Amino acid sequence: MRLAGAALLSGLWLLSLAIGAADQSLADLFLTPEGRALMLESRLPRTVAAVLAGVGLAMSGQVMQVLARNRFIEPMTAGAGQSAALGVLLCTLVLPGAAIGVKMAAAALCALAGSLGLMALIRPLPPTQPLLVPLVALVYGGVIGAVVTFVAYQGNMMQFLGTWLTGELSGVLRGRYELLWIGAVASGATYLIADRLSLLSLGEDAARALGLNVGLVTAAAVAAISVVTAMIVVTLGAIPFVGLVVPNLVARLAGDNLRRALPLTALAGAILVLAADILGRVIRAPYEVPVATTIAVIGATAFVVMLNRGRTRA
Amino acid sequence: MIRIEGLSHAIGGSPILHDIDLTLPEGGVTALIGPNGAGKSTLLSLIARLQKIQAGRITVGGQEVGRTSDRDLARTLAVMAQSTHVSARLSVADLVSFGRYPWHRGRPGAIDRDHVEQALTRFDLLALRHRFLDEISGGQRQRAFVAMAYAQDTPYLLLDEPLNNLDIAAARDLMGLVRDMADRDGRTVVIVLHDINYATGFADRLVVLKDGRIAAQGQPAQIVTEALLRDVFGTSATVETLQGRPYVVV
Repeated sequence: MRLAGAALLSGLWLLSLAIGAADQSLADLFLTPEGRALMLESRLPRTVAAVLAGVGLAMSGQVMQVLARNRFIEPMTAGAGQSAALGVLLCTLVLPGAAIGVKMAAAALCALAGSLGLMALIRPLPPTQPLLVPLVALVYGGVIGAVVTFVAYQGNMMQFLGTWLTGELSGVLRGRYELLWIGAVASGATYLIADRLSLLSLGEDAARALGLNVGLVTAAAVAAISVVTAMIVVTLGAIPFVGLVVPNLVARLAGDNLRRALPLTALAGAILVLAADILGRVIRAPYEVPVATTIAVIGATAFVVMLNRGRTRA
Repeated sequence: MIRIEGLSHAIGGSPILHDIDLTLPEGGVTALIGPNGAGKSTLLSLIARLQKIQAGRITVGGQEVGRTSDRDLARTLAVMAQSTHVSARLSVADLVSFGRYPWHRGRPGAIDRDHVEQALTRFDLLALRHRFLDEISGGQRQRAFVAMAYAQDTPYLLLDEPLNNLDIAAARDLMGLVRDMADRDGRTVVIVLHDINYATGFADRLVVLKDGRIAAQGQPAQIVTEALLRDVFGTSATVETLQGRPYVVV
């Protein structure tokens, strides 16, 4: 499964490098000077950004599902994404000339506050009612989203909000996506605590009984999720569904032992986002469809199919 | 030895346990029985440090609960909670291997794998090792959870109603395995049971709780009487003795 996935990702990688508005063959991209420039400035960064975003979105979705002990939740739609957006928006309004580093920190901090708020809200919900968690998360994300809209409206920034909140990769150039590497590092950090996170899926009591420092592990995981979400929102915008669909798919095939599942989740997330971006580029070339839109279509369809299949099994 | 002194506990202002003094010797199976709401599960979760002790003192094998680190206590006592609902898709082998965490802290070695294999063999789970927990029967799932507690390799084992929702074959099977852990490995097992007949059939000692107090304790033959059923459980049932053990005629 891993080999097939890696082969698929490599194929998509080359395809992503080959496709673009400028008519260049793959050989030209490597051999001619202008081809190389195009590749280094635009196509390679775009491809790398898609892969990093896919990895981060899918992994943080899976980690959040373990923390919430619920399958139907992901940070981008459950408050963290909206909070990150609020952070950038407030930062833009209050400190218009702020450096990207400041915006990034504002987004990460707000995402963290948003995630902690969500964890506090869903903690008392009974595990016997698994649909309550996604419902509460949806409402919570919606409320924060409404605050974002309100602030943008008051600050006369509605237009900015629309273009910028829809996750897309057409603006990715060298020098404009590197924050995603911070998100990638944070995703990698969750893999280092994968065993501990898997214990958490047994429930807090059982994890404590095994000697796990539940508070510390939860805090580390929430911080990682928030950083990943914030970096993606700051650089690309909101990309929903990846964190929901990919972990569910992987869990079905390989289970939830994160040591085994997280690498597969990362691979599948990268494939999904890269494939969706390529599709968005070719479907009505030379115009582009934002990656968030293609993923919403693919992801929602996949999820409905998955839910139906799940019903016959459960 | 588990020693409990002056233990009182209240949840939301209503008292659950009143000034409990109890000493459980090393080895053997002790069953905690009593009517619903008597405080059995609360007592067990306090011993297992899953709830904070409000008043009193508990020591397990000389280690004081509440003052010993989670990590050290996890090498002394294993606990299987009442609800084994896990939404994550974990395989049987994954689950059993989690029991080794207190020993390897994230870096499983050959010894840990040995213990897991041993637990899977002993609990007859080898054929199910790659199956997910949501694909096996309730009895097999409970057995996997007890196997995980077994793999934790602790001298003390606390089980909270492991027979919940099991049919008679699975229940007898599981109690046999629990019995075996006490007899063959010398583990000290404390088990909360709902069905008195399983308690009298498999346990060496009974501790009967009623309204947060100890109503009786001792060997099943000495304490399970019609008077106990009437006074503690509020039901008038006949008690018959079979092969030296008392059984309640239901």
